[in-house]
Amino acid sequence: MARTEVVTATAWEPVIGLETHVELATATKLFCGCANQFGAEPNTNVCPVCLGLPGSLPVLNARVVEFALRIGAALRCRVPEQSIFARKNYFYPDMPKDYQISQYEEPVCIDGTLDVDGRAVGIERAHIEEDTGKTVHVGGGGRIHEAGYSLVDYNRAGVPLMEIVSRPDLRSAEEARAYVTELRALLEAIGVSDVKMEEGSLRIDANVSLRPAGDAAFGTRVEVKNMNSLRSLGRALEFEIERQAGLLDAGERIVQETRHWDEGAGVTHGLRSKEEAFDYRYFPEPDLVPLAPDAEMRAEAAAALPELPADRRARLSADWGIDEDMARILVGTPGLAEYAEAAVAAGAAPVAVARWCTGEVLAYLHEVRVAPGELALLPDGLAELVALVDDGTLSRKLAKDVLDECLRTGEHPSAVVKARGLAQVSDEGELAAVLDAIVADHADVVAAYRAGDDKVKKKKRGFLMGAAMKATRGQANPALLNRLLDQRLG
Amino acid sequence: MIPGPVDGDADADAVALAAAVRSGDRSARAVVDQHLARIDERDEELHAFLLVMADEARAAADAVDATVAAGRDPGPLAGVPVALKDVLCTRGVPTTCGSRILEGWRPPYTATVVARVLAAGGIPIGKTNMDEFAMGSSTENSSYGPTRNPHDPTRVPGGSSGGSAAAVGGGLAPLALGSDTGGSVRQPAALCGVVGVKPTYGLVSRYGLVAFASSLDQVGPFATTVADAAVLLEVIAGHDPCDSTSVPEPGPRLLEGLDDGVDGLRIGIVTELTDVEGVEPEVVAAVEQAGHALEKAGATVERVSVPSAAYGISAYYLIAPAEASSNLARYDGVRYGLRVDAGDTATMNARTRDTGFGPEVKRRIMLGTYALSAGYYDAYYGQAQRVRTLVIRDFARVYERCDALISPTSPSTAFELGARTADPLAMYLSDVCTVPSSLAGHPAMSVPFGAGAHGLPVGLQVLAPARGEAVMFRVAQVVEEAA
Amino acid sequence: MPADAGSRITRADVDHVASLARLALTDDEADALTHDLGVILEHAARVEALDTDGVPPTAHPLPLRNVLRADEVRPGVDRDEVLAQAPATEDGRFRVPPVLGETS
Repeated sequence: MARTEVVTATAWEPVIGLETHVELATATKLFCGCANQFGAEPNTNVCPVCLGLPGSLPVLNARVVEFALRIGAALRCRVPEQSIFARKNYFYPDMPKDYQISQYEEPVCIDGTLDVDGRAVGIERAHIEEDTGKTVHVGGGGRIHEAGYSLVDYNRAGVPLMEIVSRPDLRSAEEARAYVTELRALLEAIGVSDVKMEEGSLRIDANVSLRPAGDAAFGTRVEVKNMNSLRSLGRALEFEIERQAGLLDAGERIVQETRHWDEGAGVTHGLRSKEEAFDYRYFPEPDLVPLAPDAEMRAEAAAALPELPADRRARLSADWGIDEDMARILVGTPGLAEYAEAAVAAGAAPVAVARWCTGEVLAYLHEVRVAPGELALLPDGLAELVALVDDGTLSRKLAKDVLDECLRTGEHPSAVVKARGLAQVSDEGELAAVLDAIVADHADVVAAYRAGDDKVKKKKRGFLMGAAMKATRGQANPALLNRLLDQRLG
Repeated sequence: MIPGPVDGDADADAVALAAAVRSGDRSARAVVDQHLARIDERDEELHAFLLVMADEARAAADAVDATVAAGRDPGPLAGVPVALKDVLCTRGVPTTCGSRILEGWRPPYTATVVARVLAAGGIPIGKTNMDEFAMGSSTENSSYGPTRNPHDPTRVPGGSSGGSAAAVGGGLAPLALGSDTGGSVRQPAALCGVVGVKPTYGLVSRYGLVAFASSLDQVGPFATTVADAAVLLEVIAGHDPCDSTSVPEPGPRLLEGLDDGVDGLRIGIVTELTDVEGVEPEVVAAVEQAGHALEKAGATVERVSVPSAAYGISAYYLIAPAEASSNLARYDGVRYGLRVDAGDTATMNARTRDTGFGPEVKRRIMLGTYALSAGYYDAYYGQAQRVRTLVIRDFARVYERCDALISPTSPSTAFELGARTADPLAMYLSDVCTVPSSLAGHPAMSVPFGAGAHGLPVGLQVLAPARGEAVMFRVAQVVEEAA
Repeated sequence: MPADAGSRITRADVDHVASLARLALTDDEADALTHDLGVILEHAARVEALDTDGVPPTAHPLPLRNVLRADEVRPGVDRDEVLAQAPATEDGRFRVPPVLGETS
């Protein structure tokens, strides 16, 4: 959609807020003892409670409370004296009770912040609620009577969710992505969820509006749903921002609605859904009593916090002397920082470890799609490689090949070096003999070197070095070779 | 002679029956067969039962007899038939809640209270008729036809637990369980001439009790004597980990102090529950006589006022339907019960519900949905919950001076079938004496006391503060002895 | 019938509430309900007369807090027993007519 560059083109400022639903990694569901398990046979993790059978009653999972308080602590939220559960009433076949137990006026956490790239993004609230079942639409065929139908599985019904609502503090698709990346890393670091967007344990809905840059009032907001990856999130937000800008530039109103992101077509669609502007008739859940976290529960939550990503990045930067980008990659890639720290603990120099990890190791992880914890080459193996390069046994160039082989096979670098005879030649006598032979064979080159300008010298020198490397099958210690060559060239 | 259970005989005394079975004097099987025969004889007319669990009852009785034969104690309800209001889930046995929308539904689990009855040696003998989803005061709202009052078959047994009350009142079972939300155990108990108890909210588990109004519902016992009601309540009361709103401790011992009498107790007659519109003179007279009897037994009796109780019905008929509208949303034709097919799910839901629910249920769902809806929540539901706080405070003030309270259970004796069905509000006003204690979460019970017009039973209501079952039963025991 | 029994709720209100409550009322039902609900609401609205300024609502008559259970797996229900009660099933799932507005 082309934006007309007219005389008074308004600069539109995007205002974005994100609602994140996180599936908590508890053993059982929120209100019953059914297993909280992804991928089971349909309707095998169900009971009267999560099926909402007549006469069933919910009982709150203590571990969910623990996780909720931990999230609150990590997001620096205030946890009011008490919170209550509320019923959100609406009809949908994946909702066994046709109401969802959630929290409305008194949520468990409020008023927090998340540091994203040095900026504090506001967290309005975080509350506990139950997940719905899953509906799969089947059919319809070509014939008129085959209208299709839906099939419902309640395994997911009752799985505990935390809904985290940001303030509308984000101003671009990139900022939104950064927020989600940071939030994801945080939630994973504190051990409350496996936060896999592709499995639905992390879901994002966005609220997007535009306003003239500099204005304080908010424009009409549109809810965008169905973004199933970070990439989708970015694309969807960019599309939506541009769509709204186009409408506003043309003098049209933005309709307050819910729009679905269509990944294939690359557009958002408005839903002609009856659920718009819905009256959920919230009221306090009579089957559950208030949650009033006591001092012990609050202290436990704070104590259970591991090192948070921002703090870890800062520590690695400072202790290892690596830059922020490298630290971000290490901490932002699940399990990579642990792997690197283990290698350093095994005695390797941190900077080298960090470079290998954020370079070749990371590339390998992406290629074979495994987690660092699943690598065949253990951290002490990487440490060994670093040591071999450090002490001159292995040239950096060959080290790359060795690492590649070790990553794939799990063999120790020292074993590979030995087996392939890759040990760097650092024997002065040996190298001197090689050089003498080369110098003798290429007397003309040597003469040209001595007679030529800097440019010629560089070229000729390169030729001789190359010949020497070739003669030693790449294993000559470059520094030593340089020194010895200098001596012969005079 | 006060009309107690019709055709009553020694078998109506559950305590005695259980003792006989435990000692081996009588077999549980014989007891059950006898009651099944009586049900066979009388229930066609009474229609107290929707389902008779003959096979299950006989099997349970045989198990009790085997336990006795093995020298073990089957429990305090050994061999005693217990009728169950069809609002209680019984695994594999149809549970309809008096509604077509659950016709034929067999729950895959059993209510906690039923499991406790079984564990105590009791014999569930059948599922009893009720107003649909417990909404009503006459059992005329049952989608399976009404139940008749055992004292006069042209009259209602009361509701919503009319079937359970009639079963006990008609001598078909010595004990029964019902549910009380605004009076649904107490009022039918009064109309059928039996004892009916609504415990303190939370004392008895609601797990497996199909919900009507969650913050008000309680399962309660029916019996022919105060002592029998105490035994049954002891069996079912106490903490249930499956119910978040259940009391944290085990249930109270009630039999121990039952005969302690009322000497030195202060008892109040609640004006707002006694001087109500349309109250029959015999009913008022019964309350006064009960007051005299309690004085003779050593209590001081005085008139007291619980002012906001006068608003009880108004608040109740906002809170209960609101919660019900949400509790009944699950009946949508998707997972169980009736389904009326349609081209899309929403239409299927709507047609199923319109077909499966009776008019009173629809009325209350609509009322409740409206009371919760945007723009009306605060004025209706919100205000009603605040009035509820006022009711609790007014009762608290009175309980500073009184140990227990009395009032009529129902303003009238049993009315004729069809007499109040044309006017929903007239039916609602049947609950005026019972609703305030429901709102407060306090225990209250009805004890047969005297006769009214046409010789119909009158019930006296005894009320106590939260967790005050012990004193309530003591007062009830004295009233029963004086009756 | 009290003079303003109909004023508390209109037929349009009834239609709206019926759709919120997923009840496919017939015209006659809706008319009858408009009358009945008007009468009942008139009585229920008496609560407006009470001064409840500063009075908190009672959502739970029993003053309990923090009722929790341990995060331990417990047996559920037999899937076959549950599905046997369903109006329609397929491949272990509950089958319903298409849900309007749903994208596949």
